[in-house]
Amino acid sequence: MPEPMGFFTDTSVCIGCKACEVACKAWNQLPARNGGKVTLSGESYDNTVALSGIQWRHVKFIEQFSPDRSTGRWLMMSDVCKHCVQAACLEVCPTGAIIRTEFDTVVIQSDVCNGCRACIAACPFGVIEINPETNTAMKCTLCYDRMQAGMVPACAQACPTQSIQFGPISELRQRAQARLEQLQAQGMTQARLYGHDESILGGLNSFYLLLDEPEVYGLPSNPQLPSRNVGPGAGLSAAGAVALGLLGIAGLRKRRMDQLAAEAREQREDREDSHAG
Amino acid sequence: MPDSFFTASPEWRWWIVFYFFVGGIAGGAFAIAALLRLFGREVDRPLSRLGYYIAFPGSIISGILLIADLKRPERFWHMLIQSETLAPAFKWWSPISIGSWGLLLFGLFSFLAFVGALSEDGVLPQGLQALVQGGLGTIINVLGGLSGFFLAGYTGVLLSTTNRPLWSDTVWLGLLFLVSGFSTGAALLILLSWRREPPALAWLKELDTWVLGLEFIVLIVLLATLGMAVLRPVLFNAWGVLLLVGVVLVGILVPVLLHFRPLLGRLTVPSAALLVLIGGFILRVVMLLSSEAA
Repeated sequence: MPEPMGFFTDTSVCIGCKACEVACKAWNQLPARNGGKVTLSGESYDNTVALSGIQWRHVKFIEQFSPDRSTGRWLMMSDVCKHCVQAACLEVCPTGAIIRTEFDTVVIQSDVCNGCRACIAACPFGVIEINPETNTAMKCTLCYDRMQAGMVPACAQACPTQSIQFGPISELRQRAQARLEQLQAQGMTQARLYGHDESILGGLNSFYLLLDEPEVYGLPSNPQLPSRNVGPGAGLSAAGAVALGLLGIAGLRKRRMDQLAAEAREQREDREDSHAG
Repeated sequence: MPDSFFTASPEWRWWIVFYFFVGGIAGGAFAIAALLRLFGREVDRPLSRLGYYIAFPGSIISGILLIADLKRPERFWHMLIQSETLAPAFKWWSPISIGSWGLLLFGLFSFLAFVGALSEDGVLPQGLQALVQGGLGTIINVLGGLSGFFLAGYTGVLLSTTNRPLWSDTVWLGLLFLVSGFSTGAALLILLSWRREPPALAWLKELDTWVLGLEFIVLIVLLATLGMAVLRPVLFNAWGVLLLVGVVLVGILVPVLLHFRPLLGRLTVPSAALLVLIGGFILRVVMLLSSEAA
């Protein structure tokens, strides 16, 4: 059994070149956005906008500038599926299309998916979308096919600054800790790791070194599994069903009692009439 | 910002609103029919048959709407059977999985009751009356009633079992949809039967009044549990106005008033029922689409 594999993305050295996006598209034969038509998003220098069914890697450009733009910085982050140890998508998928591989990564089997989109609403990171060519839900596979052949995923292979590092999770965690200590020693006190330990969904097999709060990067601070609401929601509904049933039965019983009382009253009145007669 | 705002919309299409509405009515109507059959009198049978006549077509429409919303509708059976092993596909912790089985079971029981009702009405052979009478009829009514309650409520639990704004920020949606399904099921029964003045009409109206009161309380509790961080972006807008006017006022308060004061003369009863149906539909529109728009 291979050990868990994944990505450590060090956003402090990402230069926003988007080589990872290109490599991902090329290897996975994903189509261009808008049928290849070039459109400007107006959002910084980022024209690929977001992760989608045909965009499994996306480099975010976050501008932190003063109002007159005399001082500031860009934060850049190559976003991707987090391959959660406790994966919300896998949890809700009704068809069994989403599986956990021998590398502890999460993969959607396109030939099984029927496009119900439960996984899209479940993913706490907004990673999954429908690929309009296959009409199935799609996302990063962590290059499952390349991993099976002992190769490095295309994005990590293409990254020129080693912002995206691939390897065994245990080794990546050590590297991430060392890099964090290095940055903090340099005075970058806001630097932090995200998803490196079990506190977030049992651990993210694609985890990050960030230079600001997770929300700044569009990441939830405390993502949770959707199943947390099944028990309370179902319990309340079941209690409601019992209450409605009892309400209906009580009404029917009251009607029966009223009817019996009316019949008894009629009989009594009949008897009294006959006595009087 | 709440964590639910970092997620992507599943972009379920507009007819899912109709599924939630029709499924609720079908489930509610069968549950009421079963109550009448199990605890009512023989004179209530025509009204319970009407419930079966609503429930079975409702289950068929529900199935069609759900399949039509799949991006790969030809693979609808993957919901029930694993495509590779042909073993049953069942996850009790996934409402969309258990809901597929629930709808299938509801379809089965509502079909059997539908056939039994046609038999009682003389359309089908008399022997089939056993499907809604005697021991077998009791079993079908109990199981169909339970699956009807399930169908009416699970859609709300399904929405809560996501990470989307509003839906996942409360656990009260299942109960709200269940109560609304029951009230809209009762309302449709009233609307289709009031001219014939069935003996159980008064019971049905009284029941609907209680259920509307319960729906109002559940809705208030649901909104209170959401908190301002969710309410402000999701419902402090046109959706919130629609919820207040379309659901609270038109769908709950006015029908309750009409149940107590016959302000519209002979048309009071059907008008109140119609308003409950409109309110039930708007409730689902708001609950589904306000989250999508957030």
